[in-house]
Amino acid sequence: MRVEFRLSGSGGQGLLLAGIVLAEAAIQDGKNAVQTQSYGPEARGGSSKAEVVISDGDIDYPKATAPDFLLALTTDAYRSYGLSMKKGIIITDSTVKLDPPAEVPVVALPILETASKKLGRAVVANMVAVGVLGGVSGVASPQALREAVLHRVPKGTEELNLAALEEGLALAAHAQADVRAAVQTDAAHS
Amino acid sequence: MSEKAKLMQGNEACTMAAIAAGLEFYAGYPITPSTEIAEMCSEELPKVGGKFIQMEDEIGSISACIGASLTGAKAMTATSGPGFSLMQESIGYASLCEIPVVIIDVQRMGPSTGMPTSPAQGDLMQARWGTHGDHPIIALAPGNVKECYELTFRAFELSEKYRVPVVVLTDEVIGHMREKVVLPDPANYRMPLRAMPQSPAGYKPYAADPNGGVPLMAPFGTGYRWHCTGLFHDENGAPSSKPAVASTLLRRLNLKIENRVDELADYVAEGLEDCDLAVVSFGSSAMAALSAVRRSCGEGYKVGMLRLKTIWPFPSALIRRLLAPAKKILVPEMNLGQLAIEIERAAGCERPVIRLGKVNGDLFHPDEVFAAIKEAL
Repeated sequence: MRVEFRLSGSGGQGLLLAGIVLAEAAIQDGKNAVQTQSYGPEARGGSSKAEVVISDGDIDYPKATAPDFLLALTTDAYRSYGLSMKKGIIITDSTVKLDPPAEVPVVALPILETASKKLGRAVVANMVAVGVLGGVSGVASPQALREAVLHRVPKGTEELNLAALEEGLALAAHAQADVRAAVQTDAAHS
Repeated sequence: MSEKAKLMQGNEACTMAAIAAGLEFYAGYPITPSTEIAEMCSEELPKVGGKFIQMEDEIGSISACIGASLTGAKAMTATSGPGFSLMQESIGYASLCEIPVVIIDVQRMGPSTGMPTSPAQGDLMQARWGTHGDHPIIALAPGNVKECYELTFRAFELSEKYRVPVVVLTDEVIGHMREKVVLPDPANYRMPLRAMPQSPAGYKPYAADPNGGVPLMAPFGTGYRWHCTGLFHDENGAPSSKPAVASTLLRRLNLKIENRVDELADYVAEGLEDCDLAVVSFGSSAMAALSAVRRSCGEGYKVGMLRLKTIWPFPSALIRRLLAPAKKILVPEMNLGQLAIEIERAAGCERPVIRLGKVNGDLFHPDEVFAAIKEAL
């Protein structure tokens, strides 16, 4: 089993930390994980991408070659990485314009809004995303995800980040039916 | 999760290894993609009684490391291509004066400022010939996070033992990649130690066997009186322009490393005994290469793989022997053929060496190497 994630968006959205937490949670659950990144020279803005490969066995190549899960938090990221997807599913923020449409199933979730409105801090959107990706993919248990969040987020922000993770897990649980339907429709078409 | 399994970054592993090896002094000027090493050293070194200095530039950084090393401290700096270029003058000084120092070069796209956040392997020749004159140097190239730890530790062992600058040549992918790593038990590692004289009486700082001997190094400030100069010097350390002194010194410095090329060689070989094509690579390119080689073997091609962990001194004779069965050689690397040139020299006269250079700032994809393998066969 090799599961590949690509987390894409804008620099400063914390996607690198999201990738680290996902990888660490998988290791916590006894799996192998490698996390890589690519980003522009800007401190904020510009494009940012983190990749996580999780496997039961050895991982010889560390980058995602054909992601099973693409997270796209911006329309730019969706256009850059979503349109070339031939398999897997795309999880976007609800604000992302799906134009032109992708070849693979897309599940749009209010990740950014959950952070900014429900939790009151836009900055924790990355941990909402970790909850969504962890929940939808099942690569790590909720408990391992919680431990990884606690290990990696700055001191004093644990509660807020854990709350964000739980919101993400809840979004994933609600979306699970959509994800299954999307994947099945896709399988029927291909 | 076993107790010591950790998600660790390549740059972090280099830092942890340096501290395990007894690093006492870090001076550096931060540069992407090496900055995490400086950051971690600034946090971790004071905890073990070490010193961290952010210097004004790279030549200041390595010069401060050289000064610290002269007092007996284990010293390290980290940089990337542009900063490595600025350090070259003092690397020559450390080579000639035989001062141990470890330099981590996390390579990025160049020349010049290039592409700061993109991986490359264009410093292979800079690591060997960046400073002027025939000089000894060692360069090691980790291929994963665990090896960042192992080879940084080894860099200190070799640097202290042979009194030579050692470069750990990583790149943006290896440096920034996080992997599950089980760190070696520190009990299995012996902290590297420098050979020191017993007494100041009659101490000659550069007295050594002319056939590659290593002189004993007295730390400054411990009662020994000696002169350290970037001029050619006799065994007392006094400047000399006598032809015999210059020649003896330069030959000894180079023999120090050349005589030990077999001992210093380090590599991983797979399926070379019976192959139509051998793929030779190093660092992060080798990850894509290995993936492609395994896929090729799965599809019935006879392809072997050689990944070099020691780049300099270049183990030519060993490579010639290892690659003897191959009918062709393919060299994927993120530059325009710097390793391939050396492979051609070592093993190219009997068979074609195909250069597969990638210089767009992206890591190789296994499919690209696989396509090149199929085309070559």
